[in-house]
Amino acid sequence: MISIVPPFAIFIVGALLIPLFKGPWKKAYMLCLPVIGFINLIHIPEGNQWVVAFLEYDLVLGRIDRLSLLFGYIFHLISFIAILYALHVKDDVQHVAGLVYAGSALGAVFAGDLFTFFIFWEMLTVSSIFLIWARRTERSLRSGFRYLLVHSAGGLCLLAGIVIHVNQTGSVEFGFLGLNGLGSYLIFFGFGLNCAWPLLHMWLTDAYPEATITGTIFLSAFTTKVAVYALARAFPGTEALIWIGAVMTGFPIFYAVIENDLRRVLAYSLVNQVGFMVCGIGIGTNLAINGAVCHAFNDILFKALLFMSMGAVMYRTGKINGTDLGGLYRTMPWTCIFCMVGAASISAFPLFSGFVSKSMVMDAAAHGHMRMVWFILLFASAGVFHHAGIKIPYFAFFSHDSGMRPKEAPVHMLLAMGITAALCVFIGTFPGPLYSLLPYPVDYVPYTVPHVVGQTQLLFFSALAFTLLLLSGIYPAEMRCINLDADWLYRKGGGRFYGVMDRSLNRVNSICEHVFVKKIAGCTASLFKDMIPRVVLLIMVSAWVLTGVRGERLAIKKRNVYNDIVGETLPVGISAGVAALFIILIYVLI
Amino acid sequence: MGNHASDMKPQPDSEKSYLFDKPRNVKRLLGGFYVSLVLLLLIEFFVHKHPYFEWEAWPEFYAVYGFVACVVLVVAAKYILRPLVKRREDYYD
Repeated sequence: MISIVPPFAIFIVGALLIPLFKGPWKKAYMLCLPVIGFINLIHIPEGNQWVVAFLEYDLVLGRIDRLSLLFGYIFHLISFIAILYALHVKDDVQHVAGLVYAGSALGAVFAGDLFTFFIFWEMLTVSSIFLIWARRTERSLRSGFRYLLVHSAGGLCLLAGIVIHVNQTGSVEFGFLGLNGLGSYLIFFGFGLNCAWPLLHMWLTDAYPEATITGTIFLSAFTTKVAVYALARAFPGTEALIWIGAVMTGFPIFYAVIENDLRRVLAYSLVNQVGFMVCGIGIGTNLAINGAVCHAFNDILFKALLFMSMGAVMYRTGKINGTDLGGLYRTMPWTCIFCMVGAASISAFPLFSGFVSKSMVMDAAAHGHMRMVWFILLFASAGVFHHAGIKIPYFAFFSHDSGMRPKEAPVHMLLAMGITAALCVFIGTFPGPLYSLLPYPVDYVPYTVPHVVGQTQLLFFSALAFTLLLLSGIYPAEMRCINLDADWLYRKGGGRFYGVMDRSLNRVNSICEHVFVKKIAGCTASLFKDMIPRVVLLIMVSAWVLTGVRGERLAIKKRNVYNDIVGETLPVGISAGVAALFIILIYVLI
Repeated sequence: MGNHASDMKPQPDSEKSYLFDKPRNVKRLLGGFYVSLVLLLLIEFFVHKHPYFEWEAWPEFYAVYGFVACVVLVVAAKYILRPLVKRREDYYD
């Protein structure tokens, strides 16, 4: 009997032991972890496992059902591929961070209660940040801090939502929530930030291209997909998601066309692909949810494949901008072929994996008679082929000859890419096994003649548009520049906000200091210091003048009285006399 | 990343010529591409469609939409978006 443990435990505990191993043992050990994890996973029976009592709540560390299992499988698979791809890395920080990150993702998708889910959700952020910082450049450091701040804000929002929700319902169970009340809106927003919704997507396109070559493979797989899982679990059929998803598929492709950094192009296309999933979850029918989850599975593979091929180019040439690359097919043919398989998969060519999942979401939109959404999704399908399907391979491997003749990628990278490419083709050609793992029963047939012909026409004529625009010189040349995006809000806007606040509030502050501290306080102090002696002097001088004191003597008397009062050195007799006078006065008056 | 740059061995210009160094091969590729486009346009008339929306039944809908969508995408990105958002590379530094 194999004793089973929670899926995340193998990764997180295993990750912490990595530094103890050396040389080839370390490589073998790291590759074993996801394999052991997978064997462990398939032995876990369905249902709630590892229920732990905490305060008055029951925490569920392992809620095993069809939805969480599918994400569990792909997370194990992509961990293995990403580790294989990263075998050359000598930096333990990256290995540990990558595996803890993968373990956190597993913890989050198998969490059956909101509390456990939140802990792993935050661990995702904390562990992934090291994959960005591990690049050890000024830019990655800054980008990592921005990533951290944005995710902290999102995490706090989620925490606030969870607290309100638990307070209202008395239950920590993580199931269907739906949009009802402040708590659920805050949770919704917190999920949305990790899901890279429009205007909340900037952390992704900012940070992922700044991460290490191998770190980006991990990053592209987990954070957004855990958010997709969370939305599918808690908010299926929420109408707002349809439109959020549709916008997500649409706007990033415009940016991708003019972006120079090819890994940033992929980051934009990641937002675009997650848009299809979010839209599917919003539609909420069985077909749509199946499509969304299936597309998440496929996207993890083909997006990793594309990032791996660009990573290999970057590893060999040290460059990633479209302006610096070109013509690499000559000496990196395998990387080029794998990149094109990834490109064909993301573009949903028949026989490649995107085809069998993206069309499920499209058809679900059509079944629901959502004309506008359907048109946007179709536009995005053509657009994604344009920027991820053609632009990436074309500018890296063909286009003008950059003159660089780098060596082919290392064997372990080629193996990782080869396995992923084979999976993309296998799933695209034989979707049955993947369909059998989806949350709901599938009666969807992707390979019908009109569907294949229509999709092929769409893609080939998109390619024609690219060819003609390129030959006519209209296609925008790659430029060394950056394109403003929503992160401007805090990168520049934050500075300006600080400046405006600095000038306005500090001005008010200095005026207040001038008026209250310097003027009014000074006046009050001198008033209270001088008021009593002056009153006394007024009385006394009148008395002295009447009794004939004049000149020098009057001045001396005035100075003595003033000094005595200010210095509080009046003779006791006078004080006592005044007090007695006061009592007599009161006695007479009353 | 710079340490891997040494992996690149600049080779003399007289090296072997690669697949697309010959213009003839590029022409062949483009020729094959155009022929497949025509075939795709023709094949549609032999396909029995079962559309969800009426426009899916229009002849060559997907071909026209794909072409127009990409032209619109590129033109909008180049002439509208880029002038609005383009900044120097050191803008944030």
